[in-house]
Amino acid sequence: MTATVSDAARRAATPKGTASNPPKAPKRRRNRGYAGSGRDAWLLVLPALIPVAAFSVYPLVQGILLGFTDAEAGLNKVVTFNGIDNYTQLLGNELFWNSFRIGLIWAFGVTILQFLASLGLALLLNLDLKLRWLARTLALVPWAMPPVIIAIMWRLMLNPTYGPINGAMKAVGLPGDINWLGDFSTALPAVIVVGVWAGMPQTTITLLAGLQNVSADLHEAAAIDGANTWQRFWHITLPALRPVIVAITTLDLIWNFNSFALVYVLTAGGPGGQTMLPMLFAYNEAFRYGNFGYAAAMGNVMVVVIAAFLFFYLRSQARSRLS
Amino acid sequence: MTQAVATVPRQRRPFRVARPFQYLALAGYIVFLGFPLLFLLTTAFKTPQELQSPNPTFLPTTFNVDNFAAAIEKANLIHAAGNSLFVAVFTTVIVTLISLPAAYALARFKTKLRGVATGWILLSQVFPFILIIIPLFLVLKQIGLINNLFGLILVYTVWSLPFALWMLQGYVAGIPAELEEAGAMDGASRIRILRSIVLPLLGPGLVATSLFTFISSWNEFFFALVLIQDPNLQTLPLTLARFVGAEGQVQLGQLAAASLLATIPSLAFFALIQRRLTSGLMSGAVKG
Repeated sequence: MTATVSDAARRAATPKGTASNPPKAPKRRRNRGYAGSGRDAWLLVLPALIPVAAFSVYPLVQGILLGFTDAEAGLNKVVTFNGIDNYTQLLGNELFWNSFRIGLIWAFGVTILQFLASLGLALLLNLDLKLRWLARTLALVPWAMPPVIIAIMWRLMLNPTYGPINGAMKAVGLPGDINWLGDFSTALPAVIVVGVWAGMPQTTITLLAGLQNVSADLHEAAAIDGANTWQRFWHITLPALRPVIVAITTLDLIWNFNSFALVYVLTAGGPGGQTMLPMLFAYNEAFRYGNFGYAAAMGNVMVVVIAAFLFFYLRSQARSRLS
Repeated sequence: MTQAVATVPRQRRPFRVARPFQYLALAGYIVFLGFPLLFLLTTAFKTPQELQSPNPTFLPTTFNVDNFAAAIEKANLIHAAGNSLFVAVFTTVIVTLISLPAAYALARFKTKLRGVATGWILLSQVFPFILIIIPLFLVLKQIGLINNLFGLILVYTVWSLPFALWMLQGYVAGIPAELEEAGAMDGASRIRILRSIVLPLLGPGLVATSLFTFISSWNEFFFALVLIQDPNLQTLPLTLARFVGAEGQVQLGQLAAASLLATIPSLAFFALIQRRLTSGLMSGAVKG
């Protein structure tokens, strides 16, 4: 192996778009230096790319196309394109608008609360506190539980008659007779809390792994210069974490918007559609009523919303590259 | 990176002030995260009479395991757990093996590939499953993988690979390239650099990534719901979701017992890698 540091390696180490590395190189040189060649990269990525192409890219394209057809679960029917019929039908459907609204409230509510809670927990776990092992273990446990089981557990917690939440309210003299998952006003907030509980470990672990990469030397230097904890958090930790934060928050938002199992088991979309997330709506259309085309159309509408989330993510990425 | 060092008078140890508040916050987290689990545990040991008593006690009065026996008998739990474990382990191994080289390439090579791959990764990750599941169902039917655990492994691999890749390449990018260059300067071979410099530093990220893959396969419900109809091939979430329907007539104890049993294999998995976690990802305070 050569031991010289090539141009390519230096380019790899500089952020994109700076003067030393114009985004478009006029001609592609074959670098035989440290960073290797483009062909090496292809070989390394190939094992991952092939299955993804066959079993997610192809079905995706198919799925999008189905959204413009009248496909149904019945096998003997000829599928025909019906243009935007599905969409005019959707937009005229009050249940669709309800599910759309519920989906957005749920996605933003869970993501924001989850991020704040997880960041706090990750910072605490990064300190040398007593009982940290307990918090650490507990922070992992929800992750080891299928959403189905988490939903069952919270059904027990929220049970109007036997649940400890109402029990505790009774004990302190409050009316402990709330049917959390059955009341119109409390069902959505209740499932949002469960959503936060269920999703915290993943976000916490991701942030914690990011925290491990924050340079201790910088912290030490700042402390010697007299920066207090808050200043060090604000000026060292947070900027270092920023890429991880933006990535995990965007993903959480999209995952939550697409979520299914937790609410399916908790409320199945009830009471009266108060927790009817878009995926539940689409699932019912496809597998209860057999309207494949209509369900795929709902999927396509969800894609538009997700594209908007991604647009903001990519814009923020671009901005951080410039700064 | 270098900054002018301002001569600011030194403060007293900054950590001491915040301690009580930190412990209060930690206690809050422990209650929020832990209490539901504790309640699930105590409910599993309660008799139906206890559950229905007008003055419920938090702890069960007797230590009875009837609920567990009944749950195992009713729902085919052991078998379903075997199916789940089989699928999750296979998926994790495959995903880790194929995402590691790909993640390194994406993080370190500046070719057109990077943009293309990142685009696909993002796209396949964020699409609503409803769009994927209908065509996928038809494809798998054609190659005879409906109602087949290998079909599920295939779907889970494809479905968790993109995020694993994205996570991993983020961690690789977080390792300063200068370290690798320094290794190269000292005459270390490519393989040696990867083994002695990149992999150890990648440890926490690798643990986080394979954990994510295992858990997401173990937990997955939607694809399994659509793709597996054979009761003998049901994964744990499917079996339990079916069990919920029987909850109406206060079989809460059995339901809790079944849920508890269902979390044991993955908790065991955590116990196994706990040391790895403690030494890597979760290692302690910022040395200051």
